[in-house]
Amino acid sequence: MTLLLHATVNGLILGLVYALVALGLSFIWGVMDVVNLAHAEYLMLALYATYWLWALGRIEPALAVPVVVPLFFLAGWLTYHLLVRRILRAPLATQIFATFGLLFFLRYSAFAAFGPDVRGFLEAAAPPSVPVLGVPIAVPKLTAAGGALAAFAALALFLRRTKTGRALQAAAQNRDVALALGIPVERMYALAWGIAIASVALAGVLVFPFYQVSPTIGDAFLLVAFASVVLGGFGRVDGALVGGVAIGLVENVLGTLLAPSFKLLFVFVIFVLVLLVRPHGLIGEPA
Amino acid sequence: MRITRRRFLRYTGAGLGALVIGDRLASALAAQDATIPVGAVYPLSGALARIGAGIRNGIELAVDIVNNAYPDLTLPLAPTAGLPKLGGRKIRLIWGDSRGDPATGRAEAERLIERERVVALIGSYQSAVTATASLAAETRGIPFLNPESSSPRLTERGFKWFFRTGPHDTTFTKLFFDLMEDMKKRGHRISRVAILAEDTEFGATAAGVADGFARVYKYDVVAKELYTSPPASLTAEFLRLRQANPDVIIGANYLVDAVLIVRTLKEMRWTPQAFMAHAGFTTVPDFLQATGRDGWYFLARAPWALGIAARKPLVARVNDLYRRKYNADMDEVVARAFTGMLTLADALNRAGSTAPAAIQAALRETKIPGAQLIMPWQGIEFDQYGQNKHAAGIMTQILDGQYKVVWPFEIAEAPIVWPMPAWDRR
Repeated sequence: MTLLLHATVNGLILGLVYALVALGLSFIWGVMDVVNLAHAEYLMLALYATYWLWALGRIEPALAVPVVVPLFFLAGWLTYHLLVRRILRAPLATQIFATFGLLFFLRYSAFAAFGPDVRGFLEAAAPPSVPVLGVPIAVPKLTAAGGALAAFAALALFLRRTKTGRALQAAAQNRDVALALGIPVERMYALAWGIAIASVALAGVLVFPFYQVSPTIGDAFLLVAFASVVLGGFGRVDGALVGGVAIGLVENVLGTLLAPSFKLLFVFVIFVLVLLVRPHGLIGEPA
Repeated sequence: MRITRRRFLRYTGAGLGALVIGDRLASALAAQDATIPVGAVYPLSGALARIGAGIRNGIELAVDIVNNAYPDLTLPLAPTAGLPKLGGRKIRLIWGDSRGDPATGRAEAERLIERERVVALIGSYQSAVTATASLAAETRGIPFLNPESSSPRLTERGFKWFFRTGPHDTTFTKLFFDLMEDMKKRGHRISRVAILAEDTEFGATAAGVADGFARVYKYDVVAKELYTSPPASLTAEFLRLRQANPDVIIGANYLVDAVLIVRTLKEMRWTPQAFMAHAGFTTVPDFLQATGRDGWYFLARAPWALGIAARKPLVARVNDLYRRKYNADMDEVVARAFTGMLTLADALNRAGSTAPAAIQAALRETKIPGAQLIMPWQGIEFDQYGQNKHAAGIMTQILDGQYKVVWPFEIAEAPIVWPMPAWDRR
C-alpha cells in the first residue's frame, strides 16, 4: 500500500515534468502542424545554459529562470525565421527531415562546444524533502511540478484572455481567414515558436537540480514527450498535460508494482490501446 | 618533349618497375636487419586517439626497457640490452592505425603481416577490433597478443594463435563476489543482492554474469532491473529495489545514468551496504564532477590503479620512468598494454627464434611471476584458450574525493568503508 502511494505520488510529480516538456511540442503542432523532432535538444541546451550560469556565475537554478527562459524565447523566434518559415508549406517529409537535421545540428554543436562530459549540479547539503501525502519528495522536484502547472495556467490564460492570444488561436484555426482579418500570421507563428521553446527551456531549468547534463540527454525525454502529445490529443495544450501525467503515472505505478524493466513497454501498450479506442487522444476531439 | 602514348607507357612502366624492385630490395634489406619487427594495431586516430596515444607510450616504454639495459628493474628482460637468446637483437615496433574501426584494424593487421613481415602482433584495445585483427593473424599463423580487450568471447573462439594477458568481464564480476566473501569473513551479514543495469550489450551481459555468480556463490538475487539509457527517471526502479531490500547493489551503468542513481538514492535517503559498479561510470572523473561528495563510497572494479604503488615499489619506479618520458602518470590501459608487450618480448626471447610457431610455443609456456609485474596479479600463465589464468582486477572506492585501492586487502592503500555511511551521517 505504501509502495503504491509512493509510486503514485512520484508518478504524478514526474508526469507534470513530462507534460511541461511536451507542452511546446504540442503547441507548435496545434498552431502550425509542424512536428519538431529537435524539441528535446532545446531542453538539453537549456540544461547547459543553467549549468554554465551556475558553474561560472554561481547563479542558483531558480534565479536562472528570468535569464534562460527569455533567451530561449528568442531562440525559438529565430528558429522560426531561419528555418521553419521556409518549410511551412513543404511536404511533411521535408518538414521531418528539416527538424531532424536541426536535432543533429544542435546535438553535435553541443558535443563540439562542451564535449561528451556529463555534468551536474552540486549542492553541499542534501536538498530538503517535504512530505506529499506522507511521501518524502525532494523540494526541487516539487518546484518543477509546481512550475509546470503554473506554465500551463499562464499559457491558458494568455490564449483565452489576451487579444494576442486570441489572434494566435485564430491563426492556428485558419491561416487564410486570419490573414484576411488582418492578423499578422507570420508574427503569430514566430510567437508560437518563442513560447514553445521558452516552455521547454523552463522545463530544462526546473529539472536541472535533480538531473544530469550531457549532449545526448534529450533522448531521455523526446519519446516520452511525443507519447504525451499523442496520448492527450493532437495539438491541444491541455492534452499535453493529461498525456504527460498519464505517462508519469503508468510508468511509475505499473513499473513499480509489476516490473521496472518493462515500464516503457507499459507506457506504449497503454499508448497503442488509447490510439485504438480513441484515435484522437484522451481529451482530443475527432477531426 | 611531346608525350606520345608509347612514351607515356614506357615511362610509367619503367617507373612502376623501379618501384617494385625498390620495394623488394627494401624488404630484402629489412630481412637482413638485426631488429625483430613486431606489429601493433591500435586506434591512433579518431575518437579513441587519446587512449591510443597512451597505449603507444606504454608499449614504447616496454620496448625501450627490453632493448636497453635497466639493471635496477625487476621486470622481464630489463637487465640486458635486447633479447639475449636471439643474440641481443632488438625489437622494432611497426604501428598500424585501426582508427577504431574493425575493418580497418583487420586490414592493418594484414598489411603488417604481409608487407612488413612482422613476427607477432599486439593489439587492439577495443574488443570489436581485436576480434577482427586477430582473425587476420589466426588465418596466417602469426601470434597475436591482446593486453586490454575485456569481451569474454575473444578467448572462447578456440583460436590457436591468440593470447590475452588482461582480465575479461567475467573475471571482473567475480571480484564483486570475492570481495563480499571477504566482507562476510569480517562479520558483515550479506546474502541479498540486487542488480541494476542498462539494457544493451554491456549492461545486460554484466547482469547475466552477476546473476550466474550469485547462484554459484549462493546469494539471493532479490531484484534484477534493466532500464533503457539514458533514463528520464529511475524512481520506479529504486522504489522496487528498496522494497526488495538488498544488502548490496551490483550496477552496470553509464555515466549519465549514474548521476541519476546517486540523486535517486539520496532523495530516498536510502543506502544499501554497498553499491559495486562495473567501471562504466565510477572510474570516470566526470562522475565526481557531477555528483561531488554524494558520489563518495561507491565501489568500482578496475584492472589497475597507480595506488597499488604504495605496496608495490616496482609500480612507482616504472611510473617514474613513464612520467619522465611522457610527462603524465600511467593509467590502467597504459599499464595493461605495457605488461602485454613485456610478455610478448619475454616469449620472443624464450623462443630463441623468429619463427611464428616457436613464438607460439613459447607463449604457451609463459610463466612470469607476479613480482616481475606492475599488475596486481599472481603472474602470467595462459590456459588452453590463451587466457592468462592469473588475470584479475582490484576494487577501488571513492574516499575523500579520490579513487583508492581497497581490495585485495594485501595491496589496499586505504581501509574499505563498509557499509556506506547513511546520507544524514556524511
